[in-house]
Amino acid sequence: MSFLNEDTNYDFLKIRKFAFALSAILIIASIVSFFTKGLNYGLDFTGGTLVEVGYEQDADLPNIRQQLDDIKINGAVVQNFGSAKVVQIRMPQQDHIENAKVSDVVLAALASDGSKVIKRDQSFVGPVVGEELKEQGGLAMIVALICIMIYVALRFEWKFSVGSVAALAHDVIIVVGFFSITSVEFDLTVLAALLAVIGYSLNDTIVVFDRIRENFLLMRKATPEEVINNSINLTLSRTVMTSLTTMLVLLALFFFGGQTIHSFAEALIVGVLIGTYSSVFIASPTTLALGVSKEDLMPPEVEKEGEEFDAL
Amino acid sequence: MFTDQSNQRLLPINTYPKWKYVLILFVIAISLLYAAPNIYGEDPAVQLSALRDASISEQQVNEIEAAWKEEGLTPQSVEREGDKLVIARFQSNETQLQAQEIANKILNPTLDEQDYVVALNLAPATPDWLASLGGKPMKLGLDLRGGIHFLMQVDMEQAMARQQEQLRRDFIETLTAEKPSIRGRVETIDNGLLISFRSQEDAERAYTALYQNYIDRIDINLAEQNNRPVVRATFNQTKLQAIQDNAIDQNRLILSNRVNSLGVAEPLIQRQGSDRIVVQLPGVQDSALAKRILGATATLEFRLVNHEADVVAAQQGRVPAGSKLFESDRGPLVVYDEVQVSGDHLTDAFASFHPQNNQPIVSVRLDGEGGARMLRTTTANRGNSLAMILKESVPVFEIKDGKRELVKSNVVETLVSAPRINGAFSTDFFIEGPDFTPANTKDLATQLRSGALIAPTFIVEERTIGASLGAENIEKGIMSVIIGFSAVVLFMLLYYKAFGLVANIALMLNVVTIVAVMSILGATLTLPGIAGIVLTVGMAVDANVIIFERIREELRHGTIPAQAIDKGYSQALSTIADANITTAIAAIILYAVGTGAVKGFAITLFIGILTSMFTAILVSRGIVNLTCGHGKKPSKVWI
Repeated sequence: MSFLNEDTNYDFLKIRKFAFALSAILIIASIVSFFTKGLNYGLDFTGGTLVEVGYEQDADLPNIRQQLDDIKINGAVVQNFGSAKVVQIRMPQQDHIENAKVSDVVLAALASDGSKVIKRDQSFVGPVVGEELKEQGGLAMIVALICIMIYVALRFEWKFSVGSVAALAHDVIIVVGFFSITSVEFDLTVLAALLAVIGYSLNDTIVVFDRIRENFLLMRKATPEEVINNSINLTLSRTVMTSLTTMLVLLALFFFGGQTIHSFAEALIVGVLIGTYSSVFIASPTTLALGVSKEDLMPPEVEKEGEEFDAL
Repeated sequence: MFTDQSNQRLLPINTYPKWKYVLILFVIAISLLYAAPNIYGEDPAVQLSALRDASISEQQVNEIEAAWKEEGLTPQSVEREGDKLVIARFQSNETQLQAQEIANKILNPTLDEQDYVVALNLAPATPDWLASLGGKPMKLGLDLRGGIHFLMQVDMEQAMARQQEQLRRDFIETLTAEKPSIRGRVETIDNGLLISFRSQEDAERAYTALYQNYIDRIDINLAEQNNRPVVRATFNQTKLQAIQDNAIDQNRLILSNRVNSLGVAEPLIQRQGSDRIVVQLPGVQDSALAKRILGATATLEFRLVNHEADVVAAQQGRVPAGSKLFESDRGPLVVYDEVQVSGDHLTDAFASFHPQNNQPIVSVRLDGEGGARMLRTTTANRGNSLAMILKESVPVFEIKDGKRELVKSNVVETLVSAPRINGAFSTDFFIEGPDFTPANTKDLATQLRSGALIAPTFIVEERTIGASLGAENIEKGIMSVIIGFSAVVLFMLLYYKAFGLVANIALMLNVVTIVAVMSILGATLTLPGIAGIVLTVGMAVDANVIIFERIREELRHGTIPAQAIDKGYSQALSTIADANITTAIAAIILYAVGTGAVKGFAITLFIGILTSMFTAILVSRGIVNLTCGHGKKPSKVWI
């Protein structure tokens, strides 16, 4: 079985202007949404208290909200979590109750009307910790991008390095934008997923670059456009295959992995789609736009002398 | 590993030298061996441990075993580890609960003296021969087994404030001792002090004096501020580091003592970053109780030894009024109840060496008020001994139907040290002992500090994961691994036929190897960790996809099968290496920067990258070589 049996020869670069335009729209939309609407940060980032409780019957949400109001809990978000019997309550810092005690007070209030409440999960995150996490997350992202840029520059050439990092930044911005626009909760696992997206998308890009490097040396007469197009075509079935297998397991995580890793799987699904797109339509065209040529990839002179010597 | 096979033309095409097969088989065998403990799972167990100075005797163990037999509870095995820990395994959870209650009654007969903790535990059911080779199952994270996670922040500002106060007194002492004495105004600044002087000359003299005395702990410079000459002194990097490390160590010690009394099997108490401590209590569900116990404070008291009391009589129970009997390394001592100086006056205690004879000592420093009191006490009691007593509240539990209930807490007093008072002293003094070593002076200093609240802690993050949620997470995690894995295996088989089968074998071995490496490293498996494994499964096939696509490409160009296989593998190598190294960079940064969930994910991702390189390149090539290489000339390959 195969999807792309023959040697394909699509002209990917022909539509690169269209692709750039599409990406530009997505990026602008993401940035605008990020700065106007922001992200729906999870407890890890905002700080506050989260209590997850299970009831024996379907939970009566309005009643729970009333119970919380009665004990003067402010700004509580009460919602079902995964099933009608499970309720998740998120509360910001409470002024009149000590942070560490909020969850106990809430549990007592919920059980006061005689209903059987089982505590499933309870978390409290101090506001400082949340702030720090945002900083650390941003820092991790930047450090990762810089390290990758250096590695690619050493292994290939700086034009490739810029191309790959442009594609990575593109992916990260759009995935963050997706989370901003859809208001899906952005928690610590999503941050991990974002870094995994960097790893994945890079993997994809490097495979194409590797082919470009090889082809520049093989196709001596061809123009850079031809070389790049040919390389993308040659690696196309691999790109599609790997995205498919990865997507298979991500879908398994998304549907069967439970609530805790739901957003994680969601971030990766979006990230893998965008990452696959960017390694074809963003990374290589960017490198081309920077004027990559076969001279950039010629092996240094010294090695050649060595080869001749061996031939003797 | 990355050598091009075609360069080694001594062997026929697609042929590995024998040692490579041996290596592959060896790694696979090791992986299977160390992954195996995870299949056996864990037995419910009862863990008996002795607190403080107590130990568990052979006789006690026999007594408990007899009592268990009487009730028809026969443990599967009883293992002693040293004289402070015994683990007994049971068949089921119910027998485990009963056994716990019985053992607790025997070890802790009264509520007043609780020297033992009887806790429920899960002991790995790894067979002996495997355990003796170091085989052990992966540890499960809190999100998979339930429990409480606390992140405690150590109040470094308080620790710093105490150090600044100390430095301020030291400075004033030094400057007044100069002839003629120097006067100045001291204020606190970030990490240090700022002293302003009337004249430039005073400032310069002060600078010289302070430089000579304190250059080992401060960075010092002369400057001018508001037209007045000032000396700016800030703690240097070494001292700052020491202040932080001391505060953390002190709190870690306090927390471990308390967690031990809580009777938690396998607690984790670990420093995180510069000023935080992570406490994880698997299996504990009552967070209010845990917080009460972790938050309890210890106090230190300096009291006088009652030399007039008859020690022998006291041992027989006739302790004079207003005194109490203590056990010490040097035999029993009777100590007055009256507190001379309390521990909150202690600003620092650290291990150092005697300036003259270079023997290990513990240096102690008190604040001004404490110093004044100490001077009064020591002047009047020269020749007597000064007892240092650590008071801690220890929770008392009753075990009923497998539930530990806090009944009350006992105050336990321990004699830390009782040196002789050789002369009058006030704020600064040191303790010597004939059997002092650098190691035990460090312990003593930490103990003294632990009663002084030099750096209090508070909880900045708390997570309680219910046991049912933990079980649910495991179930769902495993379910998604199985489904995702099966989907990939089926897909590869359909798409690459015979070669798909090879890739699938490599994939299965990859999962086994990841599990084995994690078990050997003692890494903790969390839910994000499972996600990491699932993701690796998806990405691990990538290496084989790259290779297989190359082979197909060669075949389409009319290359003969044997050549196509060889070229496919050798040309894909650098691509695979580049792609994996870059992903590994991302994983390393995730691990370095991340905490908790992110770290768990990063570990499995990184291990997965390494093992997938091995299985997807070496193992899959090995299988292909064995079937298609070694002189065989396949006319067609199923790909």
